[in-house]
Amino acid sequence: MSELLEKLVFYLSFPFVRRALIVGVLVALCASLLGVTLVLKRFSFIGDGLSHVAFGAMAIAAVLKVTDLEMPLILAITVLCAVLLLKTGQNTKIRGDAAVAMISVGALAVGYLLMNLFPTSSNISGDVCSTLFGSTSILTLSLTEVILSIVLSAVVVALFVLLYNKIFAVTFDENFARATGTPAGAYNLMIAVIVAVIIVLSMNLVGSLLISALVIFPALSAMRLFRSFLSVTVCAAVLSIVCSLLGILISVLADTPVGSTVVVVQIAVFAVFSLIGALQRR
Amino acid sequence: MALLSCRHLDLGYEGQAILKDLSFEVNTGDYLCIVGENGSGKSTLMKTILGLTPPLGGRVETGEGLRQNQIGYLPQQTLVQRDFPASVREIVLSGCQGRLGLRPFYRRSDRERAARAMEEMDILSLADSCYRDLSGGQQQRVLLARALCATEKLILLDEPVSGLDPRVTAEMYELIRRINRESGITVIMISHDITAALKYASHILHIGTSVFFGTAAQYRESAAGRFLTDTKGEAR
Repeated sequence: MSELLEKLVFYLSFPFVRRALIVGVLVALCASLLGVTLVLKRFSFIGDGLSHVAFGAMAIAAVLKVTDLEMPLILAITVLCAVLLLKTGQNTKIRGDAAVAMISVGALAVGYLLMNLFPTSSNISGDVCSTLFGSTSILTLSLTEVILSIVLSAVVVALFVLLYNKIFAVTFDENFARATGTPAGAYNLMIAVIVAVIIVLSMNLVGSLLISALVIFPALSAMRLFRSFLSVTVCAAVLSIVCSLLGILISVLADTPVGSTVVVVQIAVFAVFSLIGALQRR
Repeated sequence: MALLSCRHLDLGYEGQAILKDLSFEVNTGDYLCIVGENGSGKSTLMKTILGLTPPLGGRVETGEGLRQNQIGYLPQQTLVQRDFPASVREIVLSGCQGRLGLRPFYRRSDRERAARAMEEMDILSLADSCYRDLSGGQQQRVLLARALCATEKLILLDEPVSGLDPRVTAEMYELIRRINRESGITVIMISHDITAALKYASHILHIGTSVFFGTAAQYRESAAGRFLTDTKGEAR
């Protein structure tokens, strides 16, 4: 045990490990906040779709070789797609879920194609793997990326707290909210934009294929045990922070990929919470 | 000026009219039941009154200081709500959001208002219970309390008793009558239940192939009303 602790202290002396921990925790917190809303509004698939869009956007950024502007560019493309998806969701010609499937699969294909046509390094499959599963990118964050992540997380958390009551109203009953004068369309749009921001932030932690896990698992786990919106939201946030801390530390100590370790920890927590929930209901 | 007047309304979706040239007025204290066959446009009419669906033609006007976003609304339950993790208090309080405007948080006066509404609906003891654990009748009381938080004048109910058993249905009707008589809130209700409509409502609006608008007594004498009440009072 003391050996493990020593190893931990040793690793924590590296700035890149500390950076990874800070960004990982912030990203997980943001992702979990809107998870409850997304799960309840049956919007979880939009998060999934957008994460594939972010993969495509990352490929474009890599091809354009704009390393300094990579994150802003990805952010812009993903936000744009979030708005598009929400708009087409209201359109009756192409149904919402079909539109999401179309855009997400399309973005995956275009992204992979671009990466192959304009290879930026000799190890394409390694690049693809790391964008999809985020194997090492959290450990190679630059200081600018860390600061950007902190600022964006702060904005997301602040927005969420200020809009908490509106988000609850729009989630629970959109028609009632609109009838009593809440511009539900505008709030839906804002939720989609925030989700896009969260997804781009989370790409560094878990890679684009595993982002949905960060959004959905804490909310689903919390919903097993808690019975008010506030307690579910708080519990999801706490769970998410604990899971990502644990996941990152385990991955550093056991030398496993960060993203999948975090997700596995979340799966384990979900299983435990489901069990407790089932026992409680007895 | 009436509390609510609909003038020459044409209703429908995407340019397809299902109901043309509908005019009626609702005055303070009225209890109006809207009856009609499935697909006759009852729910569309209600959404138009609430400003959720724009009318294809005509106008909805509110009077006596009532604004369109000050109408209490009891919608039909949606799938999302059935397993929603929220406490009764949180849901009732969300009825006050029209008062929030750009303020992010509820004030003490909003909380007190929610508590009064829960007391009126006799669900104060359930305030911290989870919505999804309640019975159908209790859930309707919660949504009714929320609607009361949103309004002082006019409440719109979309089939408030569908899916409830006869005893709970009767309780619900009594509750609505109390809101109308004692709190002086005007009620507009969509219903399939003609017998109850004739028993409780002061006015009836029948839409469909023939349109009727008048008092409940007049409706009983009209051709449509006599036909329906003769056939055991079930409108289908």
